[in-house]
Amino acid sequence: MTERFDRAPPRISPFRDPRFRSIAFQVALCVLIGLAIYGAVWNAAANLARANIATGFAFWDHTAGFDISQTLIPYRADVSTYGRAFLVGLLNTLLVAVLGIVLATILGFVIGISQLSNNFLVSRLAAAYVELIRNIPLLLQLLFWYNAVLKTLPSIRESAVLPGGSYLNNRGLFLPRPEFHGLDAVVIALAVGILAALAFSYLLRPRLKRLSRATGAAVTAMLVVVPPLAAYFAVGASVAFDYPQMGRFNIRGGIEILPEFFALLVGLVIYTAAFIAEAVRAGLMAVPKGQTEAAYALGLRRGATLKLVVIPQAMRVIIPPLTNQYLNLTKNSSLAVAIGYPDLVQVFAGTVLNNTGQAVEVIALTMAVYLVISLATSLLMNWYNARMALVER
Amino acid sequence: MAQETRPKPVSIAYVRTAPPAQVAPPMTAHGPLRWIKENLFSSWFNGLLTLLVIALLLWIVPPLLRFLVIDAVWSGADRTACLPSQEHPEVGACWAFVREWFSFFIYGPYPVDERWRVDLFFVLLAFGTGWMLWLNAPRRDLGALFFFVALPILTVLLLRGFPLLGLPIVDTTKWGGLFVTLIVAAVGIVVSLPIGVLLALGRRSDMPAVKLVSTLFIEFVRGVPLITVLFMASVMLPLFVPPALSPDKLVRALIGIALFSSAYMAEVVRAGLQSIPKGQYEAAQALGLGYWRTLALVVLPQALTVTIPNIVNSFIALFKDTTLVFIVGIFDFLRTIEIARIDPRWATPVTSFTGYAFAALFYFVACHLMSRYARGIERRRSAAERR
Repeated sequence: MTERFDRAPPRISPFRDPRFRSIAFQVALCVLIGLAIYGAVWNAAANLARANIATGFAFWDHTAGFDISQTLIPYRADVSTYGRAFLVGLLNTLLVAVLGIVLATILGFVIGISQLSNNFLVSRLAAAYVELIRNIPLLLQLLFWYNAVLKTLPSIRESAVLPGGSYLNNRGLFLPRPEFHGLDAVVIALAVGILAALAFSYLLRPRLKRLSRATGAAVTAMLVVVPPLAAYFAVGASVAFDYPQMGRFNIRGGIEILPEFFALLVGLVIYTAAFIAEAVRAGLMAVPKGQTEAAYALGLRRGATLKLVVIPQAMRVIIPPLTNQYLNLTKNSSLAVAIGYPDLVQVFAGTVLNNTGQAVEVIALTMAVYLVISLATSLLMNWYNARMALVER
Repeated sequence: MAQETRPKPVSIAYVRTAPPAQVAPPMTAHGPLRWIKENLFSSWFNGLLTLLVIALLLWIVPPLLRFLVIDAVWSGADRTACLPSQEHPEVGACWAFVREWFSFFIYGPYPVDERWRVDLFFVLLAFGTGWMLWLNAPRRDLGALFFFVALPILTVLLLRGFPLLGLPIVDTTKWGGLFVTLIVAAVGIVVSLPIGVLLALGRRSDMPAVKLVSTLFIEFVRGVPLITVLFMASVMLPLFVPPALSPDKLVRALIGIALFSSAYMAEVVRAGLQSIPKGQYEAAQALGLGYWRTLALVVLPQALTVTIPNIVNSFIALFKDTTLVFIVGIFDFLRTIEIARIDPRWATPVTSFTGYAFAALFYFVACHLMSRYARGIERRRSAAERR
């Protein structure tokens, strides 16, 4: 009986050895992916050579030669390069994303809190909003705002004149543009003030223990507000308005807000707010009811309870889905291409791609931009999340 | 025991001898008035809100109802029916336009004589989906086989055509409308579920190369907008294959959708896999099951059951996202609406609005029903756990 145990371990075929199998499988996977990439590159090179399309990023410095309807930085079709066009598109994307995030957060929180209101009508209305908006595709909503609402506004000749010298028509909203003289001094003073305020609250204030919260806040506010005001009066700076002028065929001067921009912003805000509202509702419901009751027992009112007790705790639950929604909004802003707002995708992956034909470089660069934005946002929100996280023993 | 001696009742004028007659509670403490007081006017702020909401509803709902139903034009031959006229000063939604274009919305430019094939596809799809979604259905394994293997093959044979069986070829450029939307969504789910499971397993794998590849793929696709994935599929893909093998436009868009939804599905499945306790794996190992049999017999059945509501939810997102194929030139449902609404024969101020209202209604009803289903499953599961 004993000799059976003394025998040397049986030789296992290497194909039955989990370690060998794991390594073999991984090697096979890597070889397969390598072959696929090699084949794709080889084919792409052959196809591009056949179609006589250049490779590389030399096009970056070529003159673009097309106009862009909304430019935050100086851009001219006959002089500016494709690189400049890329930058214009990127800034337009960032503009609509940042504005959209701010507005959608406000609207989303209002609706999310309303969903839990003890007012029957308010909570039902908020729930209906969420249910309706979430179940209709964003693209359809954008087309609706653009084609069915903004395009039916009166034409330029019959512009609606709004108070304050603004015009509204189907080519956009025309607002007076404030023009500052002596702006640089004010900006420098503001920067100095902000620096001073930061220095005060992070370096000086921790040492002044007897300073009350209110006084501290007042000093900080003064440091930010007073220097620019002082500079404003010292330099004799002034603000003038450049009013839009109604011409025969178009409107000159002022700030022009494109209907494409407005439709995209409204669509994104309304759509994303519904999702943010759901995240907020889930977060608020995750706070135990005892917390609210305890706050009421301490004599806090409903508003104060919400602000001081419930929301700070709910934020921990809300932040991760909120980050997701911010990223979704940024990515969804690429739907601009459907209504012609000149964002990164429309300008770069649309016009530049068509002009140069260099699909690989253009698409790769566009995707890289969104990846960087996604990564940066999630890093930022992770840092914020870590700060807000419950500090436990 | 001493007998209790009770004092003889003395009649005192101010002491009650009979119970008082019951008085109904005040009006505001019961019934509808109480409900109104508690739910609508519990404080001055709530009262103000209530009035505001009522004003808002009065401002939105009656004009909308007038537009969509009361003033709507239900029949007519062309745009004149939907233009304001003497007897019709106020014109609402132009449903006559939707009626005339309805078959285009469903079939797109698919040849009229062959449309029965699309109808048959609808029936097959409904049958397969019903079998998959009805959790107590008999032989769901056969149902899965039908849905994931037979249905795709049948669909291609039926819609594309198979001359040997007497079905003439219908080129995909002739496909359009609702059935293309359904095909895109169905391909998304049929492809993304198996690939998503593999990617989720890969991301949880012990093998570093597998884990790295899966994670990179998932995070890359999730980090970029669907539009860029679709652009990549429609513009870059033809460059990567020999010209002879270049897939047609619809197939390219389908590849883009499949890649995109696989990455999202992988994360949904991964969440389900994480909810399976480690003991389940260990118990399966103790029974002598290998990796694949552990997954197939123990882990995946549980994990997928747990994730059904999330799978449905991500399918709703996918269903809405299918509208984006319109940007790379596929004739989906939304694209047919876009084409119909600029038809000069129906050019009226209300045509666009009507078209969008119809599309919104369709998407809303479809997505709402799906989310109701997901919620129903969730309720059923939580009820099962309570038992």
